Amino acid sequence: MTAVRCVDICKTYRQGDVDIKALDHLSIEVDKGEFVCLMSPSGGGKTTLLNAIGGLDIPDSGEVWVAGQRIDQMSKGELADLRLASIGFVFQAYNLIPVLTARENVEFVMQVQGVPAAERREKSLAILGEVGLDGLEDRRPAEMSGGQQQRVAVARAIVSRPALVLADEPTANLDSHTSSGLMDLFTELNENHHTTFIIATHDRRVMRYAKRLVRMLDGRIVEDIEQHAA
Amino acid sequence: MHILPVLVQLAWRYLWRNHRRTIIMLSAVSVGAWAMIFMMALSRGMVDQMISDGISVIPGHVQIHNPAFLDDPSISNPIPYSQAELEHKFGDSGFVAWASRVRVPAVVMSERESRGVTLLGIDPAAERKFTFVDYDRVDGRFLDAVDDNGLVMGAKLADTLETGVGKRVVLMSQGPDNDIADRGFRVVGLFHANVESYEESFVFLGRQTAQEMLRIGDETTEVVFVGDDYRNVEPVYEKVTAAVDDSVAVSRWTEVDRYLGTILKTMDGFMLIWVVVIFLALSFGLVNTLVMAVFERVREIGLLLALGMKPGMVLGQIVIESMLLLGIGLLLGDLLAYVSVKPLESGIDLSIVAKGMEMFGASSILYPKLYLKDVILANVVVLVLGFLASLSPAWRASRYEPVEAITRVG
Repeated sequence: MTAVRCVDICKTYRQGDVDIKALDHLSIEVDKGEFVCLMSPSGGGKTTLLNAIGGLDIPDSGEVWVAGQRIDQMSKGELADLRLASIGFVFQAYNLIPVLTARENVEFVMQVQGVPAAERREKSLAILGEVGLDGLEDRRPAEMSGGQQQRVAVARAIVSRPALVLADEPTANLDSHTSSGLMDLFTELNENHHTTFIIATHDRRVMRYAKRLVRMLDGRIVEDIEQHAA
Repeated sequence: MHILPVLVQLAWRYLWRNHRRTIIMLSAVSVGAWAMIFMMALSRGMVDQMISDGISVIPGHVQIHNPAFLDDPSISNPIPYSQAELEHKFGDSGFVAWASRVRVPAVVMSERESRGVTLLGIDPAAERKFTFVDYDRVDGRFLDAVDDNGLVMGAKLADTLETGVGKRVVLMSQGPDNDIADRGFRVVGLFHANVESYEESFVFLGRQTAQEMLRIGDETTEVVFVGDDYRNVEPVYEKVTAAVDDSVAVSRWTEVDRYLGTILKTMDGFMLIWVVVIFLALSFGLVNTLVMAVFERVREIGLLLALGMKPGMVLGQIVIESMLLLGIGLLLGDLLAYVSVKPLESGIDLSIVAKGMEMFGASSILYPKLYLKDVILANVVVLVLGFLASLSPAWRASRYEPVEAITRVG
């Protein structure tokens, strides 16, 4: 079953007087339960593709389908509902809400979803433990290191078990031990809960976990290979 | 509704993120609210007193007259009920007070001067409950009974006539047959009033004494009724109307004294304008605060949208932030107004500008009045207008594109 399908999508940004083609007639299909890594040099289009799949950015042309629904024609409200119910995001930076504690950040999506308080608390504390943040749940982002913040963001993205997780450089700012722990957690979710992962990364350690590697250049897919994950 | 606690939590935290700015804005709202309510309390106190003094001079809350009396206030237009009939109709009606009077224009003459006045032939016991004259502050004495043969005039009038207690004056008016009715009286008392013009305008006789002078038997020209609240005279009006027939006209005080009635209506409008004007000054600060608050967290708003908050929720969060700011500011302002008005309710001495106050019928002691409805008016106006003022920055925030907001630099 197809989790994500992009058909001939294009996205051009204007920077000063120059048009930059971030996505250039790109098509890709990702099945439910796949673990995909997008690789490219900076400016290759990884983040733009993740944003298009997450409904954060609308392509200039082409079609984007997520969970069987065409999302490039949805309203802002419909896109918000889709993101809330089905997609977990890990952004490259500016990931956390600064006025909330780590636990409140993790609970935030569940709170908007209407999950009861006791269940939220239980799940958020459990996931914070899994990402190695036991005892830091009451700290605000400003009181945590970059790596700790990134782990809170990851915890928030996966705590409500979304069908699709889109992660943009999730291991940036993490040491190798924490990165491995995080990727093990992703793998466990992927294998046991069939969560679909699409991860944009430069990190070769992350690539080892992926079952499918998609290499991008100038907004196009130049290589799409399957591999045995680590 | 499960989203409301989330929005309130975010709004509250963001409000205190920049606590210095919030405290400055709270101070502005509090002082603004205090100024609105304090000024309202002063104005209300002044108007209340003007009206209460005005009502106690002549109109009471409701009056009955011969229908022709209001156009031609002479003794030839008497009330068509005898005193006994009036006692029978209204004796046990449960009014705070009621009294029948003879009220006619007259001229009072001393050996040196003469002045046009209003002659009031009254029942001193019945009028004591609501008259503007403090019987215990009269130089000499006030009238004792309806058949008292003395005359009481204002201290100011006595000055003008160059007369005083113990001296004789002549009172002259028109009798029922259009002939002159006159009689000499000894001045037994000089009354003092909050408003000097009242001291110049009225002379009091016992009702029966006035009737004898005017040769009108036991006829009267006006009956005055007083209820619990001059702002709500309808219960009294309805009770009086039910007790009389078409041979008399029943009037509310606002109809008898249109000047005072207009003041009351104008005051309510003035209060609203005052509140709105202060709010407009406040609204610049409010909108500026909200615009700054939105501008400095564009990326965070983008993040909220990216995580699945709908634009309406972002809008709601900013509006709630504004409402919290105004709500706390108003609460502080209300408290401030309460603690500053309460100690002044015993009166503010404005005798230094007494002449000016008197020009528009107010006394030189101002008694501020804090009414709950005025406090509610100020609070509701600020909240409603604050809600409208916050819509613009909130709308702007909710229209951000998530990806553009998240990647915005600086």
